[in-house]
Amino acid sequence: MANPYLIHPATIVEKIREAEDINTYRLRLVDESVRRQFRFKAGQFNMVYLFGVGEVAISIVSDPDEPEFLDHTIRTVGRVTKAIADLQPGDVLGIRGPLGQGWPLEEACGRNVVIVTGGLGCAPVVGAIEYIFKRREQYGSIKILHGVKTPHDLLYRERFDAWRRHPGTEVLLTSDQPDKTWSYHIGVVTELFEEVAIDPMKSIALMCGPEIMMRLGVPILMRRGIPATAIYVSLERHMECGIGLCGHCQMGPYFLCKDGPVVRYDRVAQWLGQTGV
Amino acid sequence: MAMAREIGVLPRASLQRLLDALSAKGYRIVGPTVRDGAVVWETVRSVSDLPVGWRDHQEPGRYRLEQTGSHEVFGVVHGPQSLKQFVFAPREPLLQIERSKDGFSAHPTLPQPEKVAVIGARACDLAGLATQDQIFLNGAYRDPYYAARREGLFLVAVNCTRALSTCFCASMETGPRAKHGFDLVLTEVDNQLLIEAGSTAGHEILANLPFTRASKEQIAEANTRVDACAQSQVRRLDHSRLPQALYEVHEHPRWDEVASRCLACANCTMVCPTCFCHTVEETPDLSHQHTAHTRLWDSCFTQEHGYIHGKNIRPTIKDRYRMWLTHKLASWIDQFGASGCVGCGRCITWCPVGIDLTEELPALLRPSEQPSATSGQQEATGG
Repeated sequence: MANPYLIHPATIVEKIREAEDINTYRLRLVDESVRRQFRFKAGQFNMVYLFGVGEVAISIVSDPDEPEFLDHTIRTVGRVTKAIADLQPGDVLGIRGPLGQGWPLEEACGRNVVIVTGGLGCAPVVGAIEYIFKRREQYGSIKILHGVKTPHDLLYRERFDAWRRHPGTEVLLTSDQPDKTWSYHIGVVTELFEEVAIDPMKSIALMCGPEIMMRLGVPILMRRGIPATAIYVSLERHMECGIGLCGHCQMGPYFLCKDGPVVRYDRVAQWLGQTGV
Repeated sequence: MAMAREIGVLPRASLQRLLDALSAKGYRIVGPTVRDGAVVWETVRSVSDLPVGWRDHQEPGRYRLEQTGSHEVFGVVHGPQSLKQFVFAPREPLLQIERSKDGFSAHPTLPQPEKVAVIGARACDLAGLATQDQIFLNGAYRDPYYAARREGLFLVAVNCTRALSTCFCASMETGPRAKHGFDLVLTEVDNQLLIEAGSTAGHEILANLPFTRASKEQIAEANTRVDACAQSQVRRLDHSRLPQALYEVHEHPRWDEVASRCLACANCTMVCPTCFCHTVEETPDLSHQHTAHTRLWDSCFTQEHGYIHGKNIRPTIKDRYRMWLTHKLASWIDQFGASGCVGCGRCITWCPVGIDLTEELPALLRPSEQPSATSGQQEATGG
């Protein structure tokens, strides 16, 4: 049986600057057999490792159909991510994964998909969006509602523009602290719900971003008639092992690394927003 | 293979024969030994290494040993250590990682197989070990380090005939009788040891011992003493309304009250037979050519446990005590199908301020007399 703690070297083949403190690292596993066997689902994550520094849980943002290259968008916030920020193409990181539960893209087949994201929270859902557009005919209408604090926080600008051009697709962007360059909506992402038509019984909602966005946004979606069982959220907690053993990522009865990070809303509704959970 | 249930009797003076039989099978024997005023697990070679004549007295925040002058071998119920350390090591190197032409290469450092026979495990300890097995062996991911240590473990349990003031295994239905999970089980009755095998390996050892068949009277006497031990327990934990009842009292003012006493020292989690939280430490050497990836016991009482990019999910002691108790007694049931508490009482004894979960749970489940700070606020704004 495979050792779930084994870390595999992966070369940085490209480093894409997304913002001042955010970079996307395109990684390619060094070992050919490990690379060939690596398959992931959109919404899953890897433990990304830096030699001598440690591991950090980062979602895989690239297309699950192209598992040779694994994109990870990383914000420089902590001890490990600060050290990773200094790396350049050719440097080597480590990968342990894929881990966790991804987005319910098979269940979403034949339905309208409402994607609600906030800030860098859009990263874990980017792979799912690419997956859907590769199979555009299998899904109903697609609505992508994305909110950022300032225009500076808008990542993947070209991707949003490209997605907008797909048939049956709406992409709505909003900023609650806009500047003069901002040509989209002004306000928080939940206000965008008013701008779109939702056929509640035919829709499935995928949400990713700050928990406050989910806590405020889910009740609005539910008032629009989307059942709690058709709303999926990607949640974040401290993760060290990624395999449900180290105990840090608990939310109520769930180990979010293993039972999540993507969970059906009704299962976590009781816990979301409780202090200290 | 169905094994005939046979209970033997060994004169206490022949206990050394058991140790010798285990040694002959290649086991390193570990048993309770007196050190620094408490009992800890150590390698033992002879019965005289065991705490002969000693008894322990435990109360909230208090542990004392007393020498009674008797020949009793298993008079000490337990010390701060459960069986956890033998399988889930407090410090476990997971990987040695070296720089290489590919950047680095990682080498798992699985523990060398070792046959260890633990003598003196209590029913609560076996229940704790079964819980650990479920976490590390029977989940979605099997932990190979734990598995390697577990494989070599031989367990000689001892049925309890004396309860501490802190014991509540009877109410948790984990003791004081060891029902399964042992290779051999002893019951000390005066100068006799009743002995029974619980596994093939146990039968093999038993076959080499000079035991006689226990009489009905001897078995009845042993049962009476174990039953009396259960009856004598002064603490109990009513878990009939869990998990839901505890989930519902998230805002109870008792959490503030207990948090005002709790030091967040993490002792309760260290002595708990079931607590499994751990962290990973990365320790590069000075040349930065080599680094070790090591697992360490962690605790939900630490500042770092709830850390997430720039914020702490559980910044206050109240958050952390609530996390610990709610996990232990409630969400554990949803996660693993049984309580995370085995009723050993160690968290009560080894808490420096004597916080007692058998007192906290009923206090939390009693309807609160005062509104909590949060609900009070809501009333104020609502009115």
